[in-house]
Amino acid sequence: MYNFEYQKAGSVADAAKAATGEAKIVAGGMTLIPTLKLRLASPSKLVDLGGIKDLVGIKAEGGGVTIGAMTTHAAVANSAEVKKAIPALADLAEGIGDPAVRNRGTIGGSVANNDPAADYPAACVALGATIVTNKRKIAADDFFTGLFETALQEGEIVTSISFPAPEKAAYQKFRNPASRYALVGVFVAKTKAGVRVAVTGAGEGGVFRKKSFEDALSKNFSAAALDGIKVDAKGLNSDIHASADYRAHIISVMAKRAVAAAK
Amino acid sequence: MPTTVSMTVNGKKVSGSIEPRTLLVQFIRETLGLTGTHVGCDTSQCGSCVVHVDGKSVKSCTILAAQAEGSDVLTIEGVAKDGKLHPMQEAFRENHGLQCGFCTPGMVMSALDLVKNNKNPSEQQIRDWLEGNICRCTGYHNIVKAIAAGAKAMA
Ligand SMILES: Cc1cc2nc3c(=O)[nH]c(=O)nc-3n(C[C@H](O)[C@H](O)[C@H](O)COP(=O)(O)OP(=O)(O)OC[C@H]3O[C@@H](n4cnc5c(N)ncnc54)[C@H](O)[C@@H]3O)c2cc1C
Ligand code: FES
Ligand code: FES
Repeated sequence: MYNFEYQKAGSVADAAKAATGEAKIVAGGMTLIPTLKLRLASPSKLVDLGGIKDLVGIKAEGGGVTIGAMTTHAAVANSAEVKKAIPALADLAEGIGDPAVRNRGTIGGSVANNDPAADYPAACVALGATIVTNKRKIAADDFFTGLFETALQEGEIVTSISFPAPEKAAYQKFRNPASRYALVGVFVAKTKAGVRVAVTGAGEGGVFRKKSFEDALSKNFSAAALDGIKVDAKGLNSDIHASADYRAHIISVMAKRAVAAAK
Repeated sequence: MPTTVSMTVNGKKVSGSIEPRTLLVQFIRETLGLTGTHVGCDTSQCGSCVVHVDGKSVKSCTILAAQAEGSDVLTIEGVAKDGKLHPMQEAFRENHGLQCGFCTPGMVMSALDLVKNNKNPSEQQIRDWLEGNICRCTGYHNIVKAIAAGAKAMA
């Protein structure tokens, strides 16, 4: 690791002021610290959000939930509010990494990082979540803009994420057998406005919606409704773990399982 | 630019002058000389570095010492009391839950966090909980048995 300065921010305003130029925010550090160890990043300063109490916590609101950016994956997985409003979201959090990672990693860090194999981006997009920052509110559809790319600007900090409750939803993840990240993860949400399907792990540009599945499921919410809908392998990842064709096939399988499991 | 960190480790107040990039595991091993916490992978995957920070299991190779400022840290050295092994440690010995022992401190610390939240874990729950703890020797079977026995002994 290259050396850097370290600052514990006292407030979001403090952090926003400090996190400019070569400085970087650190939340749970479960992505950033491994990156620093590999010398893939060399920030001049780390600005730690760890002391800002306002960023931690889960509120039930208007049938859905609002989750503070510094809330850990373990807290989401064990939250009575989340289990009641959106059980699929608690299940997703429980499936991230391992217990020690879930005790440190945060929802804000996960969405800000937008790893193409991360789980939360699929939930945000399928549930039509709103990402709240210190500057504005951004619809999930507009937030995730590409591989490790988001709509966040310099000095912009995710403060919370609001998830409206769906009628039913489920997340199904086909784990990479070594890393346990999603080789393919599919989040299906049946909402009043129709069905939304988001796919992570598979796309060259990160999370994406699967329109043909959404249309079929909006007419008939059953696994059989997806029979015969071909998933094009174009634009999907090919790597040593799986070819694009294989990922295309697994997208269908995971989507059907998610529909069957939705509650 | 060295900074000072202070925290409580195994019930004792400690502090040290460190570079900001110092990992908690380096502070524990190199500054405090507590070498029971191991570094197996350094890529956040193996769990041999697991300690408790404010009562929760974390990978001490993936948290800066500065992030643990003011925290209450428990390492494997703080688990036995008055020269007597903790029931979970005793269960690892009884059930042959270790061979080379490299992964064992992390296994025990993870197991203690599991039992804190789940007094009577099933075999499947134990196996799921060990997702982030890798053992190159035992094949896990006796570790799972040891944790089940340790949980019973702690009840
Ligand atoms: C062994 C292991 C297994 C894992 N498995 C999975 C998995 O299966 N699925 C999965 O989804 N993830 C997995 N992860 C990643 C984990 O979920 C991370 O916790 C998460 O991606 C990042 O959150 P963090 O709080 O640790 O962020 P950090 O590492 O602290 O930060 C990540 C990035 O986001 C920025 N950032 C953080 N918070 C904010 C904020 N509030 N506003 C603006 N920018 C911010 C930082 O500057 C940094 O660039 C795994 C990690 C490890 C180590
Ligand atoms: S040394 Fe920390 S997880 Fe392997
Ligand atoms: S006993 Fe040797 S690594 Fe587990």
